[in-house]
Amino acid sequence: MVINIDENMNFQMLNKRIRDAVDKETVLNGCIGQRYIGTGVSDKKIVINGTPGNALGAYLNGGEIYVYANAQDATGDTMNSGTIVIHGNAGDATGYAMRGGKIYVHGNTGYRAGIHMKAYMEYKPVIVIGGRAGSFLGEYQAGGIIVVLGQNDDGLPIINNFCGTGMHGGKIYLRCKSLPHRIPSQVRAEKLCGNKDAELIGIIDDYCKYFDDMNADHLLDADYFVLTPNSENPYKRMYTDN
Amino acid sequence: MDTFIPNEYEVVRNAEYCIGCRVCERQCANSVHKFDNDLGKMIADSSKCVNCHRCVCLCHTHAIKIVKSDDVYRVNANWSMQTMNEVYRQANSGGVLLSSMGNPNDYPKYFDKILVNASQVTNPSIDPLREPMETCVYLGKKDAEIKRDNQGRLIDTLAPQLKLNMPIMFSAMSYGSISYNAHESLARAAEELGIFYNTGEGGLHKDFYKYGNNTIVQVASGRFGVHADYLAAAAAIEIKMGQGAKPGIGGHLPGIKISDDVSKTRMIPKGVDAISPAPHHDIYSIEDLRQLIYTLKEATDYRKPIIVKIAAVHNVAAIASGVARSGADIIAIDGFRGGTGAAPTRIRDNVGIPIELALARVDERLRQEGIRDSVSVVVAGSIHSSADVVKAIALGADACYIGTAALLALGCHLCRSCHTGKCNWGIATQRPDLVKRLNPDIGYKRLVNLITAWNHEIKEMMGGMGLNSIEALRGNRLMLRGVGLNDAELKVLGIRHAGEDM
Repeated sequence: MVINIDENMNFQMLNKRIRDAVDKETVLNGCIGQRYIGTGVSDKKIVINGTPGNALGAYLNGGEIYVYANAQDATGDTMNSGTIVIHGNAGDATGYAMRGGKIYVHGNTGYRAGIHMKAYMEYKPVIVIGGRAGSFLGEYQAGGIIVVLGQNDDGLPIINNFCGTGMHGGKIYLRCKSLPHRIPSQVRAEKLCGNKDAELIGIIDDYCKYFDDMNADHLLDADYFVLTPNSENPYKRMYTDN
Repeated sequence: MDTFIPNEYEVVRNAEYCIGCRVCERQCANSVHKFDNDLGKMIADSSKCVNCHRCVCLCHTHAIKIVKSDDVYRVNANWSMQTMNEVYRQANSGGVLLSSMGNPNDYPKYFDKILVNASQVTNPSIDPLREPMETCVYLGKKDAEIKRDNQGRLIDTLAPQLKLNMPIMFSAMSYGSISYNAHESLARAAEELGIFYNTGEGGLHKDFYKYGNNTIVQVASGRFGVHADYLAAAAAIEIKMGQGAKPGIGGHLPGIKISDDVSKTRMIPKGVDAISPAPHHDIYSIEDLRQLIYTLKEATDYRKPIIVKIAAVHNVAAIASGVARSGADIIAIDGFRGGTGAAPTRIRDNVGIPIELALARVDERLRQEGIRDSVSVVVAGSIHSSADVVKAIALGADACYIGTAALLALGCHLCRSCHTGKCNWGIATQRPDLVKRLNPDIGYKRLVNLITAWNHEIKEMMGGMGLNSIEALRGNRLMLRGVGLNDAELKVLGIRHAGEDM
């Protein structure tokens, strides 16, 4: 099904049409900031030509969403499974508290990407960011994997302040030659020398399938740092019974 | 080098009554009691006692009592023994003081300084045993426009509503903070009573999906256990912005309490801390809150009311006005005496404001702005009795949440040790040997008894006022009078002093 959108189409109307669509695949043309597209949807393919609004694919429970432009804030909020592929940049809080599925961003993300990301049994969420990430990347991360590839050409650092603050699970891979400054004390950083681990190779290979201009060999032939938490129980020694 | 902190309580055993059956020893998770083979008798280590009264209640011969220790520091009206001990505890450990249940300190209880009216001679009172009395309430937006189709038939534009047979619900208490059997008791009681219980931010156990029609599920900053089926299972969804016991503070369930089952329900690995920071990191404004509300509405096809729970703080009226305009269907306000499974002592005892004052201001503000109908108001934070429910409704609430009172019905003796996870009553624990002490078949009946009794008392008080519908009581502040309150308090509460007539 193809839905041609203009700025007069209200998000409620649009999302109802997407939910009610019988076809497995829905193409949205001319999307202009409509929010909550694909919220709670499962097993649909949504192709978006244009810019979706905030909270794209919130609580997504399977299926695929492709965006051929930039996405705004809170993409994939609390998503459980499925795939979101963004051919431009993504805004703030991308993948907030996601538990499963994958979000692949060609360009950069704003603040707080992957904040509160978690993993559970067979659920293992992945965010791959082609360019750079804003401050607070992976804050409170409790599980899952975030990869930042640093392919941005604006000269800005691959990550900004407070990366991994409060992290107590999961991993962050940063593709860069030297460790960025100001990594917080509760995060342990290790340089990957020589062979990359199978997990990272698998993720990069998969990511490159979605973007014609990305090359896995090129991306893997570089230095990476992996950030992991110092403790799974950051609050263990903080309290005294009263 | 730790300073010794003397026992707060002493376990006193009457040797004449004690038959050495050792029930007390088996029942105490804190290992207070033991049989001393050398002495040939039961002995007790009072330093481990939390005063939960489990042994007292289960001793067949009533041989045990717990008394406050008469050991005292030099009497000082400025430095209480409790305050001194807190300093010692922190000097010993370097830790933040952690407490459980609601603020125990001696702050004013405004409900106890408000009296209810009754009819005499004129406008006769109504006997609830003889005449129908309506205590059913519907929670949700009531500001629907009346629209008709071209045939003149009414178009239903009313937002989704929660129907409560009585204006009481069970407050949010997560699986993890309380036990499986406690949750089962609450769920079954809510179903039988035609009211709702609330999952808290701990997810919904798969066994309890069948109580979905009487379940409110919570979405908090950590989003534990939040997924499509969880949202679909519930009758309503509550966004937790704050909690009365710890306004401005998040929650964290320590990894040690994340058992196998709790891990499944929260959908996080076993043994890893479950951290819910104070703010939702995607909510920094009313507009952002609106965004979360609408993702939940979109995810549930606009079929379920969305509740926003906030703590009662100084600017609560302005905050509630914003929440009412954010698209929320119901606002829940939790006062500073509200309970908790664990909170930093200093926060619990010093932050927030009393629910009575917060409620009066919120109701007044929403009326002034002409938006009272666009949202229902539910209040929580030490609702002790049916009289408190009546007073809250007369101050403007649509319904009340009760937490502590419900736990008392299940056996809690308010020892305030929930955070240790060793609840001898099987409520605030995940230890299987303790959890099984709470029998849900009995627990749910006790909750049904309590709420049924309160509902009858509410009807009697309404009847006394000559009202036969709870709707006629809501916001009816002329039915209230203050005693011993100063002008500022009366003004905030919007009520007159006792003795002042209409």
